[in-house]
Amino acid sequence: MTPVKNKSQVTRRTAANHHEAGRFTVAEMENLAERLLKLSDADETEVEIDLSVDALTRFANNTIHQNVAEHTLGISVRVVLDGRTARATTNKTDDDSLRRVIAAASRLARNEPKSPDLLPLLKKQTYKKVNHFMKATAEATPEDRARAVARICKFADKEKQTAAGIFATGYDRSLLANSKGLFARHDHTEAQFSITILEPNSSGWAKSSFADISDIDPDALAASASHKAATSRNPRELKPGHYTAILEPSATLDFVGSLFYDFSATAVHDKRSCLNDRMGRKVFGENITLWDDVYHPLQIGPEYDGEGLPRQRVLLVERGVPQNLVYSRASAKKMKTKPTGHGFTLPNEHGEAPINLVFAGGDKSVAEMIASTERGVLVTRLWYIREVDPYEKTITGMTRDGSFLIEDGKIAGGIRNFRFNQSIIAALCNVELMGPSVRAAGEESFEMVVPAMKIRDFHFTEVTKF
Amino acid sequence: MMQTWADWALNTAQRRGASYADVRVMDIRQRDLSTKNGEVGTILEAETLGIGIRVVANGAWGFASTDRLTREGVEACAAEAVAIAKASSLAKRENVSLAPEKAYVDTWQNPFLKDPFKIPVERQIDLLLAADKEMRGVKGVTIAEGMMSFKRIEQLFVSSIGSQIHQVKMHSGAGIVATTFAESEIQKRSYPNSFGGQHALQGYELVEALDLVGHAQRTAEEAVELHHALQCPEGTSTIILGGSQLGLQIHESVGHPIELDRVLGQEANFAGMSFLTTEKLRKLKYGSDMVNIVADARLEHGSGLGTFAYDDEGVPAQCIPIITNGLFTGYLSNRELASSIGETRSNGTMRTESWNRLPMVRMTNISINPGEWKYDDLIADTDDAILMETNRSWSIDDRRYQFQFSTEIGWEIKGGKKGRMIKNPSYSGITTEFWNSCDAICSREHWTLWGTPNCGKGQPMQTMGTGHGASPSRFRNVRVGVAFSK
Repeated sequence: MTPVKNKSQVTRRTAANHHEAGRFTVAEMENLAERLLKLSDADETEVEIDLSVDALTRFANNTIHQNVAEHTLGISVRVVLDGRTARATTNKTDDDSLRRVIAAASRLARNEPKSPDLLPLLKKQTYKKVNHFMKATAEATPEDRARAVARICKFADKEKQTAAGIFATGYDRSLLANSKGLFARHDHTEAQFSITILEPNSSGWAKSSFADISDIDPDALAASASHKAATSRNPRELKPGHYTAILEPSATLDFVGSLFYDFSATAVHDKRSCLNDRMGRKVFGENITLWDDVYHPLQIGPEYDGEGLPRQRVLLVERGVPQNLVYSRASAKKMKTKPTGHGFTLPNEHGEAPINLVFAGGDKSVAEMIASTERGVLVTRLWYIREVDPYEKTITGMTRDGSFLIEDGKIAGGIRNFRFNQSIIAALCNVELMGPSVRAAGEESFEMVVPAMKIRDFHFTEVTKF
Repeated sequence: MMQTWADWALNTAQRRGASYADVRVMDIRQRDLSTKNGEVGTILEAETLGIGIRVVANGAWGFASTDRLTREGVEACAAEAVAIAKASSLAKRENVSLAPEKAYVDTWQNPFLKDPFKIPVERQIDLLLAADKEMRGVKGVTIAEGMMSFKRIEQLFVSSIGSQIHQVKMHSGAGIVATTFAESEIQKRSYPNSFGGQHALQGYELVEALDLVGHAQRTAEEAVELHHALQCPEGTSTIILGGSQLGLQIHESVGHPIELDRVLGQEANFAGMSFLTTEKLRKLKYGSDMVNIVADARLEHGSGLGTFAYDDEGVPAQCIPIITNGLFTGYLSNRELASSIGETRSNGTMRTESWNRLPMVRMTNISINPGEWKYDDLIADTDDAILMETNRSWSIDDRRYQFQFSTEIGWEIKGGKKGRMIKNPSYSGITTEFWNSCDAICSREHWTLWGTPNCGKGQPMQTMGTGHGASPSRFRNVRVGVAFSK
């Protein structure tokens, strides 16, 4: 039941957004960064400028009830003064405000103790090129989104169903420069379409998120959500217990999403990672291999980290064995290794994390997983996931918007939603089948490249009323 | 300049065909500080200034925002809001209609004693580092953390019905956490509450009153002791919830389900809907007879994160009876949705995170009224129970029926006395069954208006601060220990 991604009918426009026409160009952003660097008399100065233009059309009850656009410019300055560092931000671009933001960062830095872990700013770096900016997405208009939504609302009316969701488009231009000559820029676009189709006692859901709006097919997503709502009518209540669970990619994403910070070297150093004392040991199943890879064609993140260091592709887990962590410059120094380009913007207490995760997938379709299951549960989406046990990595949450009983290799109907309490580590030891890895979108975790998974002995502990 | 920018926006929106428009100019200043194991973590000051313009045109909504506060920038933004509204009308079922509201011209600021931005950063960091040192002085502590955050929000609301409302709100918050790793187990204790401590619409006097340093050692000792504590049993038990945990229970199982936009399906795709469908109003027995819950944004309720003089739609702060002697009696509404439950006026709960976000129905201060019990008397009256304090994790389904909470720490109550420490306490249940099992609520002297600074809702996501007044309370026949069941 994974939505098929076809080319969209969304029209492309060549006319630039009128608001952007009067906004900052790349050259003006660069000039702004240079002005800030010149105005600062700190020992070292780092400047980050973010320009974003985002729009979101929201619909519910088969009508648009919210339609918004925002244009923001963020200026963030970090200064280093005598072994101390601090940051201040503003969105005001007049000279007085620029002087004030530098002064604010300097005042903060002067009033804190020296940081023993502070490293000098990076010099100029060389980056591998990525292309995450798609003109069609950046130029999508309110009319484009409204037409697609109007079509979906009509479809829902025809099916005697109720549709709710969003169609969002936007772009972000980020520039990082420092007084040592580093200069980095990343442009990316993102389009998202998410839809819930409701019936009186059932619902279905689908979501896509891509850099290129043409990769999103609202009609196919609506058809998938509609089908799920229709086939899960009059859900039955199953007893809680251990079931074979088939997680569609969005459910896999939100399930494994809680694991990402555990691969932070700082988290391991602080002994708050589930990988404490587990590195190099067989922790997950033989079929679990995982990278962090911003250069994967389905990822859209920047090719450099919060300090401007180029991101590396890092093998995190190979055939069930955690192999590597990711490091900022400071954590790498502390742990006597090399940084991997995963540090957060400084100063911070969290260090770093992999945020472009890619799971190695398999070759089974969800249909084949269902056909191979005598009795189990098909899960479309998970909801309200929270950590219960940080070391065993047990998390809790609910199924939502399309949960089905599988009997004798077939969908046997909808079921009331379950609460689960399940260790991610244990579940990743029990993965029987996987589908091809896709760029999945959920609501509990940032987008990753993950497969559908068939997991045995998934622990559903309680059931709700719908 | 705020008034000038607002006037440019309002005039342009009306000239372009808006039948209604409101404008929020917001100037927000923030300071975030954190420490970890003797070092400064986050040290940040942030400011943001911009304008958000909401309009009705062709009977549909449009909203645009910008931080480009030139005349050209503001007028282009207002024109864009109108253009978006006209695009919205392509998928319109009926015209937007707003409940009547008076025009107000007013100015308001929450009272506070000490401006946190005038307290030297050095003094604030020294305080966090002193608490950090106390925690690390306890053997077994692996991470000691402290945090403070302050926010000053100045905003001007102007609407096409003639309102001009200037408000200034000062938020302060602080807390500490000790984390311990031992024998394949991670435990933690927070003071005075988890997830950033206590937050309120107050000045630096809030931080001083918390006495973080004075509580640091005990907080750390409890985190260490948890490794040797009894595992929370699995089964059915009487439970007593500490005030901050009850505050979060109110937030999740009362505050969210009464949001009328959620009830009517507007959040169906993301935050979810609600089991509190409109036919249940004034009919559903939500809780036991002693349960009285209000949504009160007025200052006389306290300086909570949900306190204001006017909401972000220009409606005055109100006190709404939500549960009255156990009966469900009220929703949180706005000017557009009030009529759907037969009301002629919004009850004033539209709130926005910042200038670049659309106001939406939000919790204000959702609080349970204090009962009669002295805390010691409640313990003495309890034969066999688990006392649970300070939230560790929380989860509830998308219609707010089935929930599961775990807390950082628990204690056995046996024969009217507090006994052995319990680790990994958790409880779960169905919202209305749970509230109907409440048989004791502690009195005003044990009641605190807790602040929840991190409530997420909406698309694009908005984070909002909400207040929850609560005192320790007792619940019977509650399922416990499921979170750690095998």
